[in-house]
Amino acid sequence: MSVQSPISSVNDFVVRFANVNGSGSASANELFARSILRHGVPVSPRNIFPSNIQGLPTWYEVRVTEDGHLGARGGVDMMVAMNPQTWDKDVASIEPGGYLFYDSTKPMPTSKFREDITVIGVPLTAITNSTYTDPRQRQLFKNIIYLGALCALLDLDPKLVEQLIGEQYKGKEKLLSSNVHALHLGRDWALQNLKCPIGLRVKKSDKVGDRIFIEGNSAAALGAVYGGATVCAWYPITPSSSVAEAFTSHCKKYRHDPETGKAKYAIVQGEDELASIGIVIGASWNGARAFTATSGPGISLMTEFIGLSYFAEIPAVIMNIQRAGPSTGMPTRTQQCDVIACAYASHGDTKHVLLFPEDPAEAFEFAAAAFDLAERLQTTIFLMLDLDIGMNHRLCRPLKWDDAKQYDRGKVMTAEMLEEGRDFGRYLDVDGDGIPYRTYPGTHPTKGSYFTRGTSRDRYARYSEEGAVYADNMQRLVRKFETAQDMVPRPLQANAAKPTKYGVLYFGSTSPAMDEAIGILEARGHQLDRMRIRAFPFHSSVASFIADHDFVYVVEQNRDAQLRQLIVNENGIDPVRLVPILHYDGTPITARFIANSIGDHQDHLKVTPLRKAVT
Amino acid sequence: MTYIAKPKFHHPGLKKNELGYTHRDYEGKISTLCAGCGHDSITASIIEACYELSIEPHRVAKISGIGCSSKTPDYFLGNSHGFNSVHGRMPSVLTGANLANRDLIYLGVSGDGDSASIGFGQFAHSIRRAVNMTYIVENNGVYGLTKGQFSATADRGSKSKKGVTNTDNAIDLVAIALQLGATFVARSFSGDKTQLVPLIAAAIRHKGASFIDVISPCIAFNNHAGSTKSFDYVREHNDAVNRLDVLVGRDPISVDYAPGTVQVVEQHDGTRLALRKLDADYDPHDRLGAQTFLQKHAAKGQIVTGLLYVDPDAEDLHTHLDTVETPLNTLDEQALCPGSAVLDKINASLR
Repeated sequence: MSVQSPISSVNDFVVRFANVNGSGSASANELFARSILRHGVPVSPRNIFPSNIQGLPTWYEVRVTEDGHLGARGGVDMMVAMNPQTWDKDVASIEPGGYLFYDSTKPMPTSKFREDITVIGVPLTAITNSTYTDPRQRQLFKNIIYLGALCALLDLDPKLVEQLIGEQYKGKEKLLSSNVHALHLGRDWALQNLKCPIGLRVKKSDKVGDRIFIEGNSAAALGAVYGGATVCAWYPITPSSSVAEAFTSHCKKYRHDPETGKAKYAIVQGEDELASIGIVIGASWNGARAFTATSGPGISLMTEFIGLSYFAEIPAVIMNIQRAGPSTGMPTRTQQCDVIACAYASHGDTKHVLLFPEDPAEAFEFAAAAFDLAERLQTTIFLMLDLDIGMNHRLCRPLKWDDAKQYDRGKVMTAEMLEEGRDFGRYLDVDGDGIPYRTYPGTHPTKGSYFTRGTSRDRYARYSEEGAVYADNMQRLVRKFETAQDMVPRPLQANAAKPTKYGVLYFGSTSPAMDEAIGILEARGHQLDRMRIRAFPFHSSVASFIADHDFVYVVEQNRDAQLRQLIVNENGIDPVRLVPILHYDGTPITARFIANSIGDHQDHLKVTPLRKAVT
Repeated sequence: MTYIAKPKFHHPGLKKNELGYTHRDYEGKISTLCAGCGHDSITASIIEACYELSIEPHRVAKISGIGCSSKTPDYFLGNSHGFNSVHGRMPSVLTGANLANRDLIYLGVSGDGDSASIGFGQFAHSIRRAVNMTYIVENNGVYGLTKGQFSATADRGSKSKKGVTNTDNAIDLVAIALQLGATFVARSFSGDKTQLVPLIAAAIRHKGASFIDVISPCIAFNNHAGSTKSFDYVREHNDAVNRLDVLVGRDPISVDYAPGTVQVVEQHDGTRLALRKLDADYDPHDRLGAQTFLQKHAAKGQIVTGLLYVDPDAEDLHTHLDTVETPLNTLDEQALCPGSAVLDKINASLR
């Protein structure tokens, strides 16, 4: 191997922790990420974990990024190798000139290292064993001890870390002091025995601003609280379970009647996904705002009910935290692979509204908006998150709420309206927007009741198998879907610095990587206009954007270019003009991947088409 | 389901209940089930029970799954909202509806195909959750809409119309309901309106999960020799443990009952069940006893009917979730949204 000088970088590097699942490392690793944040330096952490409770490898990656790039970068500058099982793979993944941090209690043969990296050994086990007797304490404090050593190596301010520990163990003085002690054990050992700091350093900055650090699932759950959801029915499934758990936690804090202490919400852990969506549909039919959270396999189970929601026109909100499929796929890896499954869920002709938030802030906003949309459109609304946003902390703008906002309960005919003699036909298109009026059960003694069913019926909800009646209903549903186009969040467009014939479409968690990739591509001389799609049905500006460019790249995290399929299908666009850029190995898409894929294609475009010349 | 609405005219002298409603006010559309279907008798019993209890029809939500039985909500309480959902999923839809508005009366109508096969799980879980509902299974032991296949409640050894013998064991929904903690469990026969009407009335007034399994012979596919769900077979093997009367406040509802001793059961809402006991040993408060009683008689080929178990102090799902008394579907922004000031604090805690 060639001689490589160690990487030297301030506030711009990637540290990856390789741990064993169940070893209690998660809180120490997160503490590391938060500590850097307290230095005013943005971080972008990611959990890479197995579908297993204990024993299998798990990684936690922290991208330190003063430039604020929140997408995954790719590559590792420092590996904290705490898992012998993955040692070889972990060591191999370190960038040339990078650093390897390991527990040197037991000597390792030199063949286990690389010549082009800097090896830093700390006898973590020896330190913990000499300090603690309890096996669990030894395990947990070993994590804090390596955090302390990293403080010295990366030049972190120990007071800021102590401050965080103080916040974490507020009111638990014993835990607080023991953690601080462990932190200093590691830091002191490193300062006394190693050359500190190394080339990778954290320097105080002011690049975080007023941004917050939150997981997408928690933000979406908070959006459900602010959006007025009162019924949540769910069934545990990775990576969505923390939505319901966070909703429960938020509700306990903010949703109890101050006088009686009683709950202004109902949360039911269903026996399965079928029951969960059934409860949501029953509650929504009866006028409550209801939602469920699930992932791909759950969507598969819910599709029959989703069809009912579409055809019987019952509001429902489904938060789909996507993971890698098909089938059980990779349950703890991220993808954007349920686009088609959700857009056309169920049998027959169906179309559903999808919302694609890019980060926790939008997850909050879109989650709250989903309830307005569901009631206004009387249909299922999918909030399409993925594991990368849902289960990782993200730096994002503060959550905002307008206190003047009133919930849009949609077209609900009240007893007073019925008394006035308003004509009530459950499926009458009174306003020409495809959206009919509904009544809640129990509204009026003699008017406004109707029978909800998944079978065909006429405009007055009377069972009918007449072809013309059925077609009339189906056409109105298309009209309603067209109406939705102007209600859902519009796509956001940003033009390149110079006029260009090329564009790029992307959505959801790809957003931060795309922001960074655009800069890399510009540096390579490639100009791209870009549009971030935020919802389906697609706004008319999507078709216009495509029409305005010779080629449009569609960047997504699935194998089959599902967003591209949907655009082609819904807008009748020549597929040749949409170039798929696909990333689907279960890891979050990186700026490097996007820039290389598009850059290579762009470079190729500049070559004279030889085949044409020959023919 | 029917295309035909019943004519609205009626005799001006029809008897009215406390609310001034007549029987006609509790009717729905004309049934399209086969003439003589047991389900239509159950429909008539529901109408009678609601009339006698002076329930406001529009305060009932009637929810069903898919199948012959699940079509029946169209035939009663025409001024109520109905929901014919998907196969076997009535319980979850009803649970959700109940969570949204605890003030309505929830009537779940299902069949043996609906509840004992695809919906077996949902049936079980709605019972164990103590959803405040009246869950009626119109049990004919056969798939009528698809023309005569055995359902999961068909007894082993019974024969289909085509002469095929059922080799699978039957699921006894009453036994399961008892085991899962239903606080009101009964079985009846569609041909025994005298028993069924007060059972339905009592179930409606019961706060908690009420379950009634009604043997309801399928006139087209399961009413022949060899069937254990035929009219003749059930009449011959019916063993009623009790007849009951439902008393609301001080006004007894007049029903013609067989003579016997009377035991009054006071329910949570003040309703009293007056049980006229036929079997001196039968105690409707003993869940374990009810299970044993049921099994013993089943072994003898007897179909035990009547109120098998009731817990007069039952709680429901809302009690368990400790929800506010105000229906959740009426809460507005003021009640539900924590507001921007709280959000600012949340933001501050996330830095």
